[in-house]
Amino acid sequence: MSLPTADAPALLSVRGLEVTFGENPEPVLHSVSFDIRPGERVAIVGQSGSGKSTIIGSILRLLPGDGHITGGSILLDGEDLSRASEQRMRSIRGRRIALVPQDPASNLNPSMRVGAQIADALAASGSRSKAEIDRRVLELMTEAGIPEAERRAKQYPHEFSGGMRQRVLIAIALSREPELLIADEPTSALDVTVQRQILNHLQTLVDAHGTSLLFITHDLGVAADRTDRIIVMSEGRIVEVGTPAEILLSPQEEYTKRLVAAAPTAVAAVRVASASSAVKPGPILEVSHLVKEFKIRGQRGSILKAVDDVSFSVERGTTTAIVGESGSGKTTVARIILGLESATSGTALVDGEGITSSRGRQRRALRRRVQPVFQDPYGSLDPTYSIEKLIDEPLRIFKVGDRRSRQERVAELLDQVALPRTVAQRRPNELSGGQRQRVAIARALALHPELLICDEAVSALDVLVQEQILTLLADLQTELGLSYLFITHDLAVVRQIAHNVVVMKRGRVMEQGATNTVFESPSSDYTRELLSAIPGASLVG
Amino acid sequence: MTVVEIRNPGLGSARGRIWRSLLRSPLGLTGGVMLAIVMVLGLIAPLIAPYGPAEVHFDAPFQAPGTIGYILGTDDLGRDIFSRMLFGIQVSLQVGFLSVLLAVAVGTPLGLLAGYWRGLDGIISRLTDVTLAFPFLIIAVGLSAISGPSLTNAAIALGIAQIPTMIRVVRGETLRIRETDFVLGAKTMDASGVRIIFSHILPNAVSAIIVQATVIMPVAVIGEALLSFLGLGIQPPTPSLGIMLSDAQQYISRAPTAAIFPGLAIVLICLGFNLFGDALRDALDPTNASRK
Repeated sequence: MSLPTADAPALLSVRGLEVTFGENPEPVLHSVSFDIRPGERVAIVGQSGSGKSTIIGSILRLLPGDGHITGGSILLDGEDLSRASEQRMRSIRGRRIALVPQDPASNLNPSMRVGAQIADALAASGSRSKAEIDRRVLELMTEAGIPEAERRAKQYPHEFSGGMRQRVLIAIALSREPELLIADEPTSALDVTVQRQILNHLQTLVDAHGTSLLFITHDLGVAADRTDRIIVMSEGRIVEVGTPAEILLSPQEEYTKRLVAAAPTAVAAVRVASASSAVKPGPILEVSHLVKEFKIRGQRGSILKAVDDVSFSVERGTTTAIVGESGSGKTTVARIILGLESATSGTALVDGEGITSSRGRQRRALRRRVQPVFQDPYGSLDPTYSIEKLIDEPLRIFKVGDRRSRQERVAELLDQVALPRTVAQRRPNELSGGQRQRVAIARALALHPELLICDEAVSALDVLVQEQILTLLADLQTELGLSYLFITHDLAVVRQIAHNVVVMKRGRVMEQGATNTVFESPSSDYTRELLSAIPGASLVG
Repeated sequence: MTVVEIRNPGLGSARGRIWRSLLRSPLGLTGGVMLAIVMVLGLIAPLIAPYGPAEVHFDAPFQAPGTIGYILGTDDLGRDIFSRMLFGIQVSLQVGFLSVLLAVAVGTPLGLLAGYWRGLDGIISRLTDVTLAFPFLIIAVGLSAISGPSLTNAAIALGIAQIPTMIRVVRGETLRIRETDFVLGAKTMDASGVRIIFSHILPNAVSAIIVQATVIMPVAVIGEALLSFLGLGIQPPTPSLGIMLSDAQQYISRAPTAAIFPGLAIVLICLGFNLFGDALRDALDPTNASRK
């Protein structure tokens, strides 16, 4: 196909778009303008709340709640969609502009066969014979990369993996040969290796059909890999527009520079803390031959080995990361170390003592030394508690100090995680995700633990916030000589923070060693596959 | 290290938000006003009632509403319908509150136990099922057979009938909350089960309990009317909305207003609780905060 030329007339032209919600005088989008030419791939990159999804909602005229367009125009081939009638919009949605939604799990009807759902989209587009539709369904599924289309068309969504479901959604979106395909974070719920397959495929399809693509993502790396032009958004405004090379290598605006610097994938700004000298050497955590088996419900005698002979150790004052995709058993390992789950065999010893094998006072003492930081700062803080009560809860449970000294400790902890002392009387729902995660860290630090188990502690956060939290963790490590066991699916984060890394797949350790060694000369095929799937690597080299 | 700036999202305190949300909902406000009227009427009944509830005026039976001295008219014995209705509301609300209290006091701990400790769940849930299998009328008949029909017994029977639903609501909330990360976090600090239940699960389940109470309340009020209508609840001459209906049915063609006004009072109480409960549920739902 021919490359889009600069003077080609735009397929979609957004001019001065302004959107407000309800009576709120402050618009959510401020005079947003951009063009998409035929066959062009454009990415909109921004953090949550930047207005990316509002743009999609405006183009499709499907703004949630009482959002409405208060200014500007959206021209599709010269026709203003912001003024088009609802009837007109219905003939445009799906037919000329199609959407690949974010969450493949909730966007398919669970009680309808997959083939029928694609056929539904086809049938809605006009008169075709049943046989023709059936033929086309199989064609589309094969095109979207679903093997054995004939058999799989008769299956239900729950029989499909996340990646396969996303392929079904792509097939539905492409079923009416739209001119513009909008992909709203289509792979953010998927593992990196699956993400790569899906995006490769999507790109091939879009190129083959000459479809324009508007790609919404929070991941600068993904945007750089997949598109011709990147639009960087922040707080409802376009900050910067440019080719991937321009944006990544010579960003002009301050915000873009910060975003590029924080993007873990693009440039690995290593934040690994140097081990503090005050720490005595030796392992704080030793996991040896750990096995955890789960009985599979309804199937007598069959067991699932979630963790299969896992051994590794964490040196004092250092960070060890366990990296793996969903189902690799990394979280189960963390739960066993925290004593929330008991191991089938093998041991997890903190300073020579095991939580699951100890009882009573010894167990309590051990708990003080190992504290967790969970993934979702919205779920890990009790919404009915004030920040002060949240942070001093561990102190109250372990009956440390009196009221006054506990108050002082809370203030000290807030200082350590760089939160103003005034937040003490607030509640979690008044804080942002990053601030909540700081509270969670302060709480974990309350009892002076030696080992923090961070289970995907930064993966729910926007990149800029993620960077701040990683910096905080590294600073605390230097300052307090903490050791971290960092559970994550994100290799880029591993590179930034971990001294050592353990790569897991289906409950087994595929590879382990010093982070640099593993990243630069991986010894297992799986690690190589994971590393090459990191988005954004191609540009930085 | 720079201190993180806190932007005030303008939510204010949670309590303030709940009030604002309640006041913004027109239906909730209507329900609230209806409840306020009914409750005030019930509370000050002795002060504003022109006659005693059982005061008989043989010279003035079947007066039409609007008659001087009898705003809502009189019944077959010449008793003032307005006065009887005020006292009836009082009695109905008493029965309602008593049975809600019973259902909450018994249902909440059992629901917490069943939801938190898997071992107890089997026993408590089976007992719940057994109780559900008994129609509350049978329980009421049994109770009044043992210790005679009375306000308290009616309230107990109605309360027992509502315990299973209360258990189920609290158990469901407990099951949901015990899987959250903050409970998991408390466990890693070796917090005891009792501590987790009282300091984490119960506070988070309170809104569900309050909402369920507003659902139980009108059911109990209607149940009281039904029991009294059948002679198993409040005993004459104590006025109750149910008894007024029961008395009026014999003369329904001659004096329909004697049945209409207590009926309206029941509708007012039930509708008030339902509307208010709905709005309260929306207001207490934190995920609703951003929605207008």
